[in-house]
Amino acid sequence: MSTDVTIAAVAAARRPAVPRWVTLVVIWALLIAAPYWLPLLGGYTALAGRVLVFGLAAMGLNLLLGFTGVLSFGHAAYFGLGAYGAGLTLRYLVHSTPLAMLAGTLLGGLAGTLFGLLIVRRRGVYFAMCTIAFGQLWYYLAYSWNDFTGGFDGLRDFHREPIGFGPLTLDISEGGTRFYFFLLAIFAVAVTLLGLLVRSPFGHTLRAIRENERRARFLAIPVERQIWLSFSISCFFTALAGTLYALLNNFADPLALHYSLSGYFVVMCVMGGMRTFWGPLLGATVFVMLQDYISSMTVNWMSFVGTIFVLVVLFFPRGLLGLRRQRGET
Amino acid sequence: MLEVRNVTKRFGNLVAVNDVSMSVKPGELRAIIGPNGAGKTTFFNMISGYFPPTKGSIVFDGKDVTQLPAHQRVGLGMGRTFQITEIFPELTVRENLLTAAEVAAGQTLQMVPSRAAAKLANDVAAEMMALVGLTAKAERLVGELAHGDQRTTEIGMALAQLPRLLLLDEPTAGMGDQETYEITALIRRLHRESKYTIVLIEHDMRVVFHLADHITVLDQGKLLIEGTPKEIAASEAVQAAYLGGAG
Ligand SMILES: Nc1ncnc2c1ncn2[C@@H]1O[C@H](COP(=O)(O)OP(=O)(O)OP(=O)(O)O)[C@@H](O)[C@H]1O
Ligand SMILES: [Mg+2]
Repeated sequence: MSTDVTIAAVAAARRPAVPRWVTLVVIWALLIAAPYWLPLLGGYTALAGRVLVFGLAAMGLNLLLGFTGVLSFGHAAYFGLGAYGAGLTLRYLVHSTPLAMLAGTLLGGLAGTLFGLLIVRRRGVYFAMCTIAFGQLWYYLAYSWNDFTGGFDGLRDFHREPIGFGPLTLDISEGGTRFYFFLLAIFAVAVTLLGLLVRSPFGHTLRAIRENERRARFLAIPVERQIWLSFSISCFFTALAGTLYALLNNFADPLALHYSLSGYFVVMCVMGGMRTFWGPLLGATVFVMLQDYISSMTVNWMSFVGTIFVLVVLFFPRGLLGLRRQRGET
Repeated sequence: MLEVRNVTKRFGNLVAVNDVSMSVKPGELRAIIGPNGAGKTTFFNMISGYFPPTKGSIVFDGKDVTQLPAHQRVGLGMGRTFQITEIFPELTVRENLLTAAEVAAGQTLQMVPSRAAAKLANDVAAEMMALVGLTAKAERLVGELAHGDQRTTEIGMALAQLPRLLLLDEPTAGMGDQETYEITALIRRLHRESKYTIVLIEHDMRVVFHLADHITVLDQGKLLIEGTPKEIAASEAVQAAYLGGAG
């Protein structure tokens, strides 16, 4: 019974009420114009930057969660490694924003790639548990290694550097609109790559694994290898988002590695609709906005976000974007 | 084409398949029948590489595949379907077949869409959808189709990998008369016109006697008898096994 209902909902979602290009135009128009319309709603540009950063992290996670059907509760580890990798590079090694981003992305991505090798044979809860445990390892490392990482207070004393393109220089050291567009450009490139990935034959094999692992295996899909690659790639994207987080705040803190953040990433995916490509971005938007508005009123903001999350899951089991399309059909 | 030699499969104390041999020639349609629990699916699982036999060997196209994992046997040209339908329910019929075709074309590591590669796989998927008669339902989600169409999709997926040997585990399981009739006609076409070598497990005797060139009868893990449909129909041992099984 319930599977019939789900299938009907998916069927509806797969025949969207609006053509895809319309969705794309709307999303990009909103993102490009964010610095202009957000203040009218009481927001500020840095908030839009946060949406991009967390949106990218969640979309990266969603390659694994929504498109491969594998749950990771430890993606904050790669986000945090990205942030620390970028911060430490800027602070101790070179004053170069691109190199810092590269270093952070490699650090987080490669850590994920190696760790993925160890856990691809685990499934379900066991997989999720392993990801949490490994994530917390890094949290304690950053937390305890005071001299190097700044410990509980976080890593300070670094800031994003202007980027030189031959004779031209892009000065992103001020927060403001210019930095937002820098973030948006990186976001656009990353998301385009992700979009190509999910439409590729590789992406199709991931979807097949999500749908039916046994069948996938008997189609000769090397299930373990594909899950490992999906995990690895997803970590690279989340780590890239982590480097942007460090640049956004000129700061990296152990909480960027904490499992609670991993949980928030999952919440963003589920709330926005993890079977949709853009769902996690919507989820991140809602999450970041709520966090911003509610945390200014109460320290207990998480219980509000939690309540809203539960309501979303109860009433729109396939996430907010899943709902939009369902309506369009009926 | 397929030589199964004295295979045995034990699960703990249970001997699910006991010293069974079978030889299938190219172009043949072989039916495997037997009462519930006779070991038919277990026999299939060993042929397709779901698990290796406890004893015995399996030779496919002159190559010993006894220890090869399932995915390598698919690469060699074995395709199978399952007793309980195994499909990708939240994907369309076309996507189900397309994914199968892409994997068979060796594109599992292709991470950006490419026109040429896509055309190759799309053409195979389209051809096989036409062959199994699902073209009109190409854009439907498999999960919302009728049971018969789901089973047909599964056959289409196997075909999209361009196998030379097709293993079908109870293709008519759970079907009504009309669906059974249609899928029987499809298998007959695959055999007679498209020249596939087919091994199928089947409970419905009308289907078996209509399709098979040769029949292998298993009972309690053992090979009871092997022969043409005529020989099997006349066999007292088979009647006894089935009456015993039913009673
Ligand atoms: N993986 C397994 N582990 C343990 N026992 C198994 C396993 N697979 C099958 N068996 C047992 O082996 C015996 C043969 O099962 P099998 O599924 O091969 O029979 P079958 O002929 O396909 O029956 P049916 O007509 O009901 O499909 C049964 O007793 C079954 O319980
Ligand atoms: Mg069986």
